[in-house]
Amino acid sequence: MAIFINSDTKVLVQGITGRDGSFHTREMMAYGTRVVGGVTPGKGSQTFEGPTGSTVPIFNGMDEAVSKTGANTSVIYVPPRFAAGAILEAAEAGVELIVAITEGIPVLDMARAHAFARDRGVRVLGPNCPGLISPGKSKVGILPGQIVAEGPIGVVSRSGTLTYEVIFQLTTAGLGQTTCVGIGGDPLIGTNFIDCLKEFEADSETTAVVVIGEIGGTDEQEAAVYVKENMSKPVVVFMAGLTAPPGRKMGHAGAIISESSGTVKEKIKVFKENGIPVAKRTADIAGLLQSRLA
Amino acid sequence: MDIHEYQAKERFRSVGIPVPPGRVVSTPEEAEVAAEEYGGTVVVKAQVHSGGRGKAGGVKLAEDPAKARDYASQILGMDINGLSVDKVLITPAEDIDTEAYVGVVIDRKAQAATFMVSPEGGIDIEEVKRTNPKAIRKLSIDPRYGMLPHQAYWLANFLYDDPNLADQARKIIAQLYDAFVSSGAEMAEINPLITTPAGEVKAIDAKMSIDDSELFRRPDIAEMRDTSSEPPSETKAREAGLSYHKLDGDVGCCVNGAGLAMATMDLVAHYEGNPANFLDIGGSSNPDKVVAALEIITSDPNVKVILFNIFGGITRCDDVANGIIEAIEKIDIELPIVIRLTGTNEDRALEILEDAGLSAYTSMDEVVKKAVELAGAA
Repeated sequence: MAIFINSDTKVLVQGITGRDGSFHTREMMAYGTRVVGGVTPGKGSQTFEGPTGSTVPIFNGMDEAVSKTGANTSVIYVPPRFAAGAILEAAEAGVELIVAITEGIPVLDMARAHAFARDRGVRVLGPNCPGLISPGKSKVGILPGQIVAEGPIGVVSRSGTLTYEVIFQLTTAGLGQTTCVGIGGDPLIGTNFIDCLKEFEADSETTAVVVIGEIGGTDEQEAAVYVKENMSKPVVVFMAGLTAPPGRKMGHAGAIISESSGTVKEKIKVFKENGIPVAKRTADIAGLLQSRLA
Repeated sequence: MDIHEYQAKERFRSVGIPVPPGRVVSTPEEAEVAAEEYGGTVVVKAQVHSGGRGKAGGVKLAEDPAKARDYASQILGMDINGLSVDKVLITPAEDIDTEAYVGVVIDRKAQAATFMVSPEGGIDIEEVKRTNPKAIRKLSIDPRYGMLPHQAYWLANFLYDDPNLADQARKIIAQLYDAFVSSGAEMAEINPLITTPAGEVKAIDAKMSIDDSELFRRPDIAEMRDTSSEPPSETKAREAGLSYHKLDGDVGCCVNGAGLAMATMDLVAHYEGNPANFLDIGGSSNPDKVVAALEIITSDPNVKVILFNIFGGITRCDDVANGIIEAIEKIDIELPIVIRLTGTNEDRALEILEDAGLSAYTSMDEVVKKAVELAGAA
């Protein structure tokens, strides 16, 4: 088991011929992800060459790509100005999961795209996220495959590279993962902490979950209450941004401490009030998990 | 990106919101001329990206042109919350009957533009939220349909019992939504929305913040950026596609990814060091960005050590390694540099650094401890 993606997941890459899109498509194929094709408007009759000489077809649009390949998942590496349109197209074409890697999509475009996808029952992960990986099964996005290992831990995070850091330390400590999910750093994201916690709680192979949060918004506080009320599996938290100054955007639009909410201090307090341990350093996460699993 | 009151008012006027006339000036002489032209009492208002302008003495009522000149000379050059005032807005004073609040922001939970209106205007809406939450009416606007006529009316009716006033407010609320969407805003606020003894509803203040991701398709708004309101290092960082904020410490941090950058700062503080900055070199892998990052970090005289913490995903470690070497060659860095690189293409990156006589750490705790130690010894 794993959540959201597994070895049966059939992936289309939107923006497959771009610099990042082509690089990460090869990485995904090398990892063993079932990439069944890609979409770049105007390059319809061409093929994309994978890492070991294998090729996949390129289509002009998602509708044709889905009907010819039977893909159920799409991953988006399209530039910001076209990315919301790519999400709409994927949602209409009938995939079940859209993983939006692109950073810098206008927020109002995303408000519309999220509503459109919700209406069609399509899950959006991101945008501005690293995607997800179910070790040994499939990876969709940009998480480096060499740092994960198969095992019982679920990881869900708002960050990108900080997630890799934590996964790497878990793997080094002998704690492999069922699925690692990066939900994205934008103010409007399609899949939140609670959506992932619900899946991990239901997943028979996951025995414990790591939540990695940061400044901004109140998603972590809501997740804390959810964990206390709904989860039987242990959850360990790491929060980034204790030293972040208020009123400044820390890199992406979602990470900002506003006047009334969003400080790490406040979030850590809510986790502790709900009986959830918070690691002081990333290096302490594995130890906290092991003590809860023992 | 925040825009100034006078710029927000231009946006409001362009969608039809009644806003009193105004002129932006940067000298006391110009302030006097503007006040003469308007005649009567004018308001002299500091144009600065900060709340609490009135409390700081940046908003003054001037009964005649000579006073407008005096106030302008006081306010120009004034420091308001660390920002220097270099422009004032001269606008005719209005007779005020009542003050209300109308604002719209992107609500993360509703995933939509969300209005907040209150008949208690002229004060901070956060204050109203705390003291009298019932005095606020809230409504999220479905992005698929936009603002519907009855919704604007529902909000307006909460502000005014008088049907004439409510009708004017209804139009203004719908127009504010237009201004919000057509400007690519993440926040737009009229505080206060006033009524006059003559029965008119007007916006006498305007605040707007634009979603940075919208600027590529709104060059007219992108031009409104006032770089005098941010430190030169932050301007340079933005132009180089980096995200940088200066802090007060001495450990210069160069990290890829906002979350890891914050965790690195936190870890520096955990080991009793002081981070000099937040710097996210972002999700691309362009060596020029690393050069720019190092130039920015080394321009801060407090920095005693440079700490790299790079975990490669979309950023390839070999590109970062090349960037570090290129930057060191280009800008002659004398400060100690400690580097931690791991992830995509890390083997190639380690080779590149070793060939250049540099060594890289693989543990984040080790590299941060080393950086704090070097900063303390310097």
